[in-house]
Parts: sequence; C-alpha cells; structure tokens
Amino acid sequence: MTVEHAKTRVVGSAAPRKEGVNKLLGRARYVDDLTRPDLWHGATVRSAIPRGLIRAIRFGSSIDWSEFVIVTAADIPGANHIQLIFADQPCLADGRVNHCDEAILLLAHPDKHKLREAVDAVQIDYEPLPAVLSIEDSEQAKEIVWGSDNLLKSFALDKGDVDAVWSKAAHIVEGEYRTGAQEHLYIENNGVLAEYDAEDGVTVWGSLQCPFYVHRSLLAVFNLPSDKVRVIQTETGGAFGGKEDYPSTLAAHAALLAMKAGHPVKLIYDRAEDLAATTKRHPSRIRHRTALDAEGRLLAMDIDVATDGGAYSTLSSTVLSRATLHSPGPYVCPNVRIRSHAWATNTVPYGAFRGFGAPQAIFAIERHMDEIAAMLQMDPVELRRRNFLHDGDTTATEQRMREPVILDKLLDRALDESQFYAKRAQFLEENKISTVKRGIGLAAFYHGSGFTGSGERYLNSLAGIDVTTDDEVRVLVSSTEFGQGTNTILTQIAAETLNVDYSAVMMAPADTHVVPNSGPTVASRTAMVVGRLIERSGRQLVTLLQAEYGLSQDYTRAEFFAACNRLREERGEVVSLCRYEAPPNIFWDDNKYRGEAYPAFAWSIHVAQVAVDTATYSAEVEDFWAVQEVGRVLNPVLAGGQIEGGVAQGIGYALYEKVVLQNGHMANNQMTNYIMPTAQDVPPIHVFFEEVPFSHGGFGAKGIGELPHDGPAPAILNAIRNATGAACNSIPLLPEDLLTKLVTTISTEETVA
Amino acid sequence: MKVPIEFTVNGASRRAEVEPMKRLLDVLREDLALTGTKEGCGEGECGSCSVRMNGELVNSCLVPALHASGAQIETVEGLADSSTLHRLQRAFLECGGAQCGICTPGMLMAATQLLAQNPHPSLEDIREGLAGNLCRCTGFTRIFESVAAAAALEAHAR
Amino acid sequence: MRGNPATHQFAAPGSLEAVLSLLASEAGEWMPFAGGTEIMVAHAAGRLRASKFVSLCGIPDLRFISTNESELSIGAATTFSEIRKSDSVARDFPLLSRASSWIGAIANQSRATLGGNLVNASPAADSSPALLVYDAEIEMISVRGRRRIPYSCFHLGYKRTALAPDELLLAVHLPRRFTGHKQYLRKVGTRRAMAISKVALAVTALIEDNLIREIRIGAASLAAFPTRLRRTEDALLGGAITSETIAAAQAAVMCEASPIDDIRSTANYRRRVGANLLNEFLRSTASDGSST
Repeated sequence: MTVEHAKTRVVGSAAPRKEGVNKLLGRARYVDDLTRPDLWHGATVRSAIPRGLIRAIRFGSSIDWSEFVIVTAADIPGANHIQLIFADQPCLADGRVNHCDEAILLLAHPDKHKLREAVDAVQIDYEPLPAVLSIEDSEQAKEIVWGSDNLLKSFALDKGDVDAVWSKAAHIVEGEYRTGAQEHLYIENNGVLAEYDAEDGVTVWGSLQCPFYVHRSLLAVFNLPSDKVRVIQTETGGAFGGKEDYPSTLAAHAALLAMKAGHPVKLIYDRAEDLAATTKRHPSRIRHRTALDAEGRLLAMDIDVATDGGAYSTLSSTVLSRATLHSPGPYVCPNVRIRSHAWATNTVPYGAFRGFGAPQAIFAIERHMDEIAAMLQMDPVELRRRNFLHDGDTTATEQRMREPVILDKLLDRALDESQFYAKRAQFLEENKISTVKRGIGLAAFYHGSGFTGSGERYLNSLAGIDVTTDDEVRVLVSSTEFGQGTNTILTQIAAETLNVDYSAVMMAPADTHVVPNSGPTVASRTAMVVGRLIERSGRQLVTLLQAEYGLSQDYTRAEFFAACNRLREERGEVVSLCRYEAPPNIFWDDNKYRGEAYPAFAWSIHVAQVAVDTATYSAEVEDFWAVQEVGRVLNPVLAGGQIEGGVAQGIGYALYEKVVLQNGHMANNQMTNYIMPTAQDVPPIHVFFEEVPFSHGGFGAKGIGELPHDGPAPAILNAIRNATGAACNSIPLLPEDLLTKLVTTISTEETVA
Repeated sequence: MKVPIEFTVNGASRRAEVEPMKRLLDVLREDLALTGTKEGCGEGECGSCSVRMNGELVNSCLVPALHASGAQIETVEGLADSSTLHRLQRAFLECGGAQCGICTPGMLMAATQLLAQNPHPSLEDIREGLAGNLCRCTGFTRIFESVAAAAALEAHAR
Repeated sequence: MRGNPATHQFAAPGSLEAVLSLLASEAGEWMPFAGGTEIMVAHAAGRLRASKFVSLCGIPDLRFISTNESELSIGAATTFSEIRKSDSVARDFPLLSRASSWIGAIANQSRATLGGNLVNASPAADSSPALLVYDAEIEMISVRGRRRIPYSCFHLGYKRTALAPDELLLAVHLPRRFTGHKQYLRKVGTRRAMAISKVALAVTALIEDNLIREIRIGAASLAAFPTRLRRTEDALLGGAITSETIAAAQAAVMCEASPIDDIRSTANYRRRVGANLLNEFLRSTASDGSST
C-alpha cells in the first residue's frame, strides 16, 4: 500500500524537541542524577595484561575487606556470558584474561571514596601468555587466541568473474587503506544503577540504547524468567553505538553487586575507565584492486576487507557484513569479488559506532576512486559520474535499484553549493605562492537503512500507541532517545496520523515492563521501521474508532478522546499495536551474500575544503557541504542536527581522534589526550536535503543517523591530496603523519618563500 | 574534617558541611541536590560542569569547596524565571541547540557568561566563548545559531 | 572521582606571613594551592601525592598587576583572565596577553594562575616562551627573605625548579624595553583550544637596517623545560636576514632542540616545526618589516 504523503501538519515541521525543556532547565535525569537512601557504589578490578592466566588473587591487608562486597565469576547465578551474537564473552573473567582492562572482579561499598584504594589493593598474579595485537599478527596465526584460527567471521561475495577481466583491462589500480579505532566520546560516561529483590528480581536503570538487549543478557546471567528482570533507560547523554552492547555487561555487574550487597548499587564509570575499558570502532585494513576500461568505467573490483574485532566477537560479524556491503561504493561494476575477515586480537573488544563498518569501507573506496582518477588523469568528479548507480542498475549483491537513485542530482547540487570547480582553480593558483595550501575534495556514498537482509524479519518488532484516561496519547516503543530525536519524530508521527495536537502525545517510559520490543535503537532503523509501525498503529486505531465507535470523518480533539473512552469502556483499554511487515520482494541469501541487502538506501555527497599549513603540517577543514537524500525529512531541525553532528564526528575520525594503544591498553584515556574538535575547530557545515519519499518508511522516511559519518574522512583526505599532492591512505591523519608524507613529496624546502 | 561553607547559589543563601577538598561540582550535586551541573571528564576539559562563580565562568570539577566559601554561584537551575525560560533556553529549543542534553547546562552557563561580557558577539566571539565546552552531538552549528539568536532577542526580555 | 577529600588537609591562613610561616615550619609538607587547576586534576585521577594544601586565595600580596617606569610586575596568584584584561600587559607585553588566551579555555583562565603555570614546570607551559623572550625575572619569598633570579634560570631540569621547599613564588617582573622589538609567538597544539602545546616558539628581536641587534628565542617542548635557544640566537646575532641566514637558523634550531617522543607528538615533528616557526618569523620581518 503506498500512502500519499503530500500535505502534513506536524510531520515535516520543526516541532520542538519533546524532552527539550527538561534538558534546558537541567531537570532531565541522567543515571548519575539518581540516588537511593541506602545506596552503595561499585568499582571494577581489571586486567593489567592483554592475555594470560590468573594464578592468584590477593587482597591487601591495608583494607578492611569486611566492609566491602566482592563479586567474582563464582557469584554468577546463571551463565557467565554476555551474548550479542555468540556467547564467547564472559561477564567476569574466570581464570584467564584476553585483553587489558577486562573485568575480573567487582567491589561495592557505601562510601564511594573508599573504592579506589580498595581496587588498588587487589593484587592479581598472572601467568602472561603471548598476546596478538594487530590484524597481521592475528592473520599469521602464530598464536591462536580465539577459536581454532583467530577468525571471528568471514564473508565471500562474488558477482560475475573478476579474474576474466584483468588481462583485458586498460587500467589496473591497487591501493591499501587503513582506519584506526575511534572512541564515541559521548559526554555522559556509561553508568547503571541496579536493585535486586528476592521477590521482584533485578531492576536496572541506565544510560543505554537497547533496553531489551540488556534484558536478554540479564535473564541469562541471573537465570531469571522474563518478568523478573526490568530494564529502564534513563535520559542518555549521547551513545553513537557505544551504548548498544556495553550496557549489558555493566548492568550485569551492577546487578550482581546489588544482589550480593543487599543494597542498590550505582556503577558509574569515570572518563578514564570508560575510555580504556569500553567498546570503540573497529580498526580496518582494506585493499582494492580495480580494473577499468580506457574511458574510466569500472570493469572489476577485487576487495579485501579486514577488521580487528578485539578479544571477543560481540558485534564483529555484523560490522563486517556492513563493511562488506558498502565496500564497492555507489557504483555499477559487472564483476566484483569481496573477501572479508574479522580477526580476533587481545585488545578491548570493538563494537558498534555510528556507521558500523560503512565509514571504514567508504573511506577506502572513496580514497581509491581519487587514486584511480589521478592515475587515469581524469577529473575525480567525472570518474564518479561515469560509474554511478542509476535506476534499474544492480549492486554487487545483484540488488536492483527499484527506488529512484538521484546521485547525479545530489552531485550537481554539491558542486554548485560549494563552487567546487571555481575553488579548485582558485586554489591551484593561490597555492603556488601561499604557505597554506588549500584544496577541495569530495566523497559519494550510500548507507543501507535498517538491518541487512532479513534482519528486520528476525527482529519481528512490535510497537504502537495507547491512550490514557487523562486524554494523553502515548507512543509505546523500546526505541530510545539519546539526542538523535526519537521522542520527537515518533510523537510527531503519532500526532499526524491521529490528527491530534503534537502536545497531546507523549512517549511511554522506555521500561521493559511497560513497552513492547520494537527492536534495538541502531542501524538507522527508527524513523523508517519503527516510525512506520507507529504510523500504521495510528491509522489502525482511527479506522477502528471510525468503524465501530462512532468517530466521524472530520473529528475534533474532544470527539477523538470521547470515542477512545467508548472503546475503553468496552475493551478495558485503548491500545493499538502493529508488528513489522517486510516490504515485498525482499530476497536475501545469507550464504552467497546475494539479493536485497537493505530495504532502502540513503544517498549522499560530501564536499570538504581544507587548508594545510606547511609550517605545522596540520590540516584543518575550513568549509563543508553535505547533500543527501534520506526519504522524507520528518523534522528539519533534528535532521539538520544529525547531519551536522555526524559530519563533526567524521572530521574527528579523519584528523584528530587517535586511540593510542600500548601493549593493548589505551594510553591516552583522558579527554586531554583523546582529541575531538572544539567549537573553534569545526568548520561551517552546510546541509541540503533532496526528498524522495520511501513508501515503506514512516511517512516516507529512510535512515539518517549514520549516513553523515560515512563521508567526511575520504572527502577530507581527497581535499588534502588536491591541496598538497600527498596521497594519504590512513586515518587518523595527524600532522606528524602528514609531515612524513609532505617531506617526501616536497623534496627541497618545507616552506615556500 | 568537614567544615561549614556558606555561599550564595542562584541568589539564595546556602550552607553545607563538607571536606574543604570536596569538589564544588559534588557539593552542588550531592549536598544541594542541584544535579543540573554534570560531570563529563573530571579534568576541566569538557565544560559540562561549568558554573558561574563571582561573575566568572569556572569548571566546578576543579574548584575545591573551600574556594567557594562566600562566593556567588550561578547554575543552570537559576536561569529560568520560575515558569519563563531564559532567552538562551528559548533559543536553544527553537534552534536545536540541545540534542542529548548532557553538555547543555554547561553550554548555557558559558553562553550566559559570554552574553554578560559581550551582548553582541560575533561568530568568532561565540566560538571562543564556547571553546571550553565540548558537544559530541550537534557539531556546534546549531549551538552557535542559538547563542546568536538569543543575543538578537531584546536584552530586557530576559 | 578517584581522590578522597577526607584524606587531605586544606589550610587558608589568609595572609602571606602566615603562609610563609607554615611553609617554613613544616618544609615540604604543605603544597601551595592557587587556582588548583593542576592539583584538582590529579585529585580526580587519584594521583595526588601531597596531602596538605595551603590556599593562596584572597592574599592581595600575590594577586596584582602593577607598573612603574622600568618594569611591569604580576603577582604569582594573578589569573590568566586578569592578565588578558590588563591594558598595560597588552601594550608592553602583547605576547603574554596572547599566551594567556591560550590557556585551556575561558573557564580555565579564570582560575589558572601565572605562578601555578611556572611552578608546575611543564616543558609545554603556555606562558613560558613569552616570559623567556621578555627577560622576565622571578621573585621568590620565604621567611628568610626575598630573592630575584632570571626566569631563564628558574628551571633546573624536568619538572625541577629553583624554588626551595619553604619558598613561594611571589611575582614575575618584566622589564619594559621591548616595544621597539619585532615580536612573535605561535603555539602548535592538537587543536585550536583546550590544547597542550606540542611545540611553541616566541621571539623578540631588535632589527635595525636589516641587521639583528638583539634576538631572544624562547621555546616550549623542545627540551626538558621551557628554554632559550641560545646557540640559535648566537648564530643570528649581528647578521642580516637573508635566505642563507634563515636556512642556517633553521638548521641551528634542529640541532639545538632536544625534544622527545611522547603521547602527544614526536621529537621529529617538534624539531621540524620549531625550525619552521623560526623561519616563519624571520621571513615575516624580512618581507614587510612588521611582526606577526
């Protein structure tokens, strides 16, 4: 069923952030703002080595341990694992450790100031084992640290026959591209408050994205039935994927302490612990070998994708999947071979981070396209245009583009808004005499909205609305707000479909005892998938009220709630829920990696203007343009905010943010040493939307949250290449790295008189 | 050993018995139950804990309670006038200056400080005034717009 | 928060005499606490070794900016905000004004003090390069009396200063004789604000008829402490500014600097950029005669 989305009253408007006033008043309650009268505090004792056996645990005599509660793996009532996909990650290390900062035991005390000394007084005797600390070391398998061969996951994708092409190709271009780890740096650290009661079971409040993921993990750890575990999301100060899986571990820890202490326990990480011990973006190494004809059309792509998954599998398989599917870029190519591998190392397990494998893959292909252009002496813009996907074309998985693909239009707009060619010519001239070299570069990309293939069918999400006796409409979802606008867009959708005021619609609390499981708040699925469920639920309720409870066609607010009351009298409640329905023609072969990889794609062009100071070798982004098509824009202020924030994070990924590992431990685990751009570092960010409504998304919306993080890094490094001639293929690109590149590129003086 | 500290918070006389080396941030959040001021890093790098002390912007995670004795402290809780939002809060709401909200209290205090010193700040002035407040969600763009919008609103309209 | 407030003493005797008596009676036991921006970071990280602090707040003898004919004096507990706001500092010592605006951000500047910056003795200290090229003098005080030494003699080694255990930094004195000098200061950090210096260079130079009559070059992070590049100065002194002398000066910096690799940057980077900054200064004076 296609829905006409022509005129809307609330959807598409800049409705104010639903929970905005509380945030601005300082009244929003984040987990560390909560307290209890008999609260204890928790702390974690962590591994000091990347791999080894635990020979002994000794408790120093300077501490009165009788005041403390101590929890080890032996205290776990159920299973000692936190399972995202596989069940290989222990909740608490038991006899061995596989990464630095792995949790070994937990302490709790009523006075939080006593904890640090106690943690320091726990002596662990290890028998160290050789650690694997890089993709290459893991591949070479001299030391096996996971499974039988260190391989967490692999994929193989084949389209056509790449090997038949090499000998006939006019050009063959190879390149290797590397991306480093990246930390989410949400300004609110991870934290959970837990209570345990013999009758009611476990209740946790926390900063988290996926209440039902945490719920599922706690069921296993505590061996409790579903109704004896309750998870409540508190106002969450940023997440970006960093609170998708980690909170399950943290909640289990806090709840174990609460159970043993007989008191509520707050376990809040400080910045040093959060940086060192929690998940980050997967590092990658991606190799391209590409064949083209004389006109620069792609004939074959041979791609090797390798990621570092850290010590346990967590989400490495799905990150690898997305990296695989985004590695060929938004181009038509008749022959594609992709081999991808996620390798285990003895580092803190890597996890979800905005983009989820796509930023890595898109960095590689978009840098590679500029290298191809350079080798073929073609304009990098023209090279891309010549190879863009269009309506009806098929991707590397043979997915046919049945929805419109407007890359050309996006590209034209981006070139126009940025004055791309004029600037390029201007910089070419000015760079001859300036010590600051300027350049402009672009990236073209898509981001698959929602879960891969049949992932949504598997999630089988349930969501909807209810109406309270106080004439309030509530949206019932487990989708959480962490700044991206979930609360606002879903209440806008409900208000639109029910034709009531935006102010009459609330969010039901993100509490597993109250709301159905509408799936995790990840994968840019909320507006598209959950929004659609709310839309359908609203229409379903109105249809029912009009058919059986006397609601007229053109009803007033009062009439709507009166009809609801009549429904409530008969049925006891006013609830309308809908379950996910897959769009037609979704065929996906998980073994061959062929078919409809994603139900929808968002499309984008990024253009970056950079200035490289040849005295300091530092590159700064001076200006940035992001043009995208994400289906329907549900709220222009929120949508614009998503793009701007994602671009800023992408700039950090490219030029500022480096995770420095020493023997597998993050050595720069302080905000003074892990560098994100400040208000004086970010460029103006110009955002433009084109709309092509997607009939299966909430009011035509597709995913938006992750898309903007995919483009900045390649656009920026392409701009640096334009500015300096230096081909940099590794991020983060720090001035120290650019120094090495530029000093070899410019043979004589570093600065130009 | 705890000592009595007396100071003014958002115009009201307050008192607490605290260790002199307790952080002002913790005194506000724990002793006075003013949880609007947040901890993001504990190292004076992120500005989430920013408050105004004697008319200057400070990171309350770096101020010992002893130094707050006799001081005039302003926190985010003091901005709105019972039911009326401060013009900065109104502007942030309209322009999308707050997303997850955790940096917002500190950001609002820094913006308040900026507008008190410089009622008509340029974009460069705004960038400098907020340079010590990290926001990971917005990319700062709409925060700059919010502050500029608030500055443009009539100063006497609060 | 890893520190425990209950394990620290914090005295606030309120007068300079009382503070000095305390420092003398229990030498090395009491750590002076001005703005506390370094101390409180260590406190939160749980690595505060000192247990007793004596507050320097509210002591006017330590917090002032005064001028006479020959010198401008800044009390050690003067904040960087106050230094930034001072017209006399801006007029006579613009590099110090500029350096003050680079301490962290606004909220750090309102608490961090000049004395604290110097006593903390990081090789990357923001105020140091400017003080070096302005021939600053440090005045220290104890119950035994006062003494002044050139700032360039204040640092004895990595994080070791000339302060005796019972001594307090009282003031910094700057001779008012640099108005006719070309002046340059550039800090290279990890970002534009809230950045610890990777390398910073300050220069004051008296240039007449294209000849360098006087030159002072102060650097951060090119040695174990902030330092003058005296051999580089000697190489330039008395000479003209030409492509050859500039290249020789750059080579001199590369030779004289002894930076290290650390978590923020590399020795190679610091050395090269230090040389580039000097080049930037020298070329700017040669081209149009104006300073940066």
